[in-house]
Amino acid sequence: MALEQALEKWTGKITEVTIGATREEGGTRSAKVVAGGESTLPFLTFEGEVPHQPVIAGEILDRYPEEWPSPLREAFGEDLKDPAAWARRWVEGYGAQLLCLRLASTAPDAGDASPEQAAATVRRVLEAVGAPLIILGSEDVEKDNAIFPKVAEAAAGERCFLGVVTKDNYKSIAAAAMLHGHGLIAQAPVDVNIQKQTNILLLEFGVKKDSILMDPTTGGLGYGLEYTYSVMERLRLGALQGEAQVAVPLILFPGAEAWRSKEAKESTQDSPRWGEQETRGVLWEILTGTNSLQAGGDILVCRHPEAAAALRRHVAELLV
Amino acid sequence: MLLVGERINGLFKDVAQAIQDHDPEPIQKLALEQTAAGAAYLDINTGPAVDEPEKVMPWLVKTVEEVVDTPLCIDSAKIPGLRAGLEAVSRSRPMINSTTAEPAHLEAYLPLAKAHGALLIGLAMNRRGVPKDAADRAGLAMEIVVAADAAGFPIEDLFIDPLVLPVNVGQEHGPEVLETLRQVKCLADPAPHTIVGLSNVSQKCPHRSLLNRTFLAMAMAAGLDAAIVDVEDRELVHTAAASRVLLNQVIYSDAFLENR
Repeated sequence: MALEQALEKWTGKITEVTIGATREEGGTRSAKVVAGGESTLPFLTFEGEVPHQPVIAGEILDRYPEEWPSPLREAFGEDLKDPAAWARRWVEGYGAQLLCLRLASTAPDAGDASPEQAAATVRRVLEAVGAPLIILGSEDVEKDNAIFPKVAEAAAGERCFLGVVTKDNYKSIAAAAMLHGHGLIAQAPVDVNIQKQTNILLLEFGVKKDSILMDPTTGGLGYGLEYTYSVMERLRLGALQGEAQVAVPLILFPGAEAWRSKEAKESTQDSPRWGEQETRGVLWEILTGTNSLQAGGDILVCRHPEAAAALRRHVAELLV
Repeated sequence: MLLVGERINGLFKDVAQAIQDHDPEPIQKLALEQTAAGAAYLDINTGPAVDEPEKVMPWLVKTVEEVVDTPLCIDSAKIPGLRAGLEAVSRSRPMINSTTAEPAHLEAYLPLAKAHGALLIGLAMNRRGVPKDAADRAGLAMEIVVAADAAGFPIEDLFIDPLVLPVNVGQEHGPEVLETLRQVKCLADPAPHTIVGLSNVSQKCPHRSLLNRTFLAMAMAAGLDAAIVDVEDRELVHTAAASRVLLNQVIYSDAFLENR
């Protein structure tokens, strides 16, 4: 007797979200990226549809990342001094199809770059590469509210995703995004209930469901990953069981999380018994990433090009 | 929780009058109001005054479908009425209300439901009437499940109704209904869905809304998936939303009352 495959029948489906707009759609991107659309748990292609591979994005800052561990800085060298060159390096050198620009220099206590400067940086990056763009502020509420209207206007029609917005601060950024044809990243502090509430607030404000990505905030391997994993899993199960408000793709930041860990930051010199730092840090990012994929991550923002490449291979192998 | 709006039923005087006058307006108003209030299905019943429901049912279905997309629950005690209603449905997947566990009924209704791709309500009763206790109700539910399985009807499209009786005449039935709901969930894997005609619990009682929503919360905790209700009773709809959250069926959010 043949063994019958026990398949779950899900009623829900993750909304498909498109990042980037080509010339025909009013933008200037050379290609767009589509995330979401799944009607089953991660990689279970025998059970439901997984129409799009999870996307591995490359992260860039608008300033030299002096605080980043040396393996990250060595991977990009001089290009780190210019966000446009850094963006080109990711796309042309390392095959990134999606970029995430963090406007770190706009932080009031670390540069305090003006909204106009931020907008100019965004324009330069958009002109340097054809890949779609995710744009993050400094997570300073007042400053983000000041820069995003200018940034959204400077990138009008490009269908960027702006973030982050939270349940306590979303109106000005969401209004700017809606006005100029962008999407939003809805963030909640490792809290499934607040994530749902944030999404509901955005939907009630008039943001379309296909213009929301959610960032449930994640921890790196060894730093709360197991807890954040459960939050992502609960959101995805809710979505597949028909809860429309949480049925949007997940964007996760394994690069930022992994390279915050002691295991990635400690130099070879200081801890020779831990092995070579670059290998260790890259592995930390890869493992944080593979776990994030298993939890349902649709977009992973990476920092080290080798980690990004390994995660891309991993996705391709799992989805064969 | 799937709420089925009960109001488009000839048992109600306004609906009976509208049917008699062939006046679509009151019917369409009820369809719109119940949909806005959160009905996932609308029950459609010509009522006892109509001798030939097959003549009225298509008009009722078309009248409702002109104004809403909400799926319909075709409710008739007579096969020709059901068939006419199902044939008139054009918008979405209908539900049939209802068969009993009586073999002759099952033989007629299961093929009808299959042919129309409809969901089917199965009452846990037979020609001897409503059983007294949970064991007999579950036994009849099992007969329905077995017949459905034999007919190739998907068990997850089946809604077992353990039959709620008015608390002022059949008080002892309350706990038996709750126990039946628990047992029905163990009959098969996947289990059949469960449904009740909720308002019956408070027939001719004062404080109907209180009795209805209290029993709804109890029944949901015992495994109730759907109920035919007065969806315009806000407290009741809110009780269903609160129960879904308390039973961990949906993710809690501060806006949980909007969760339908």
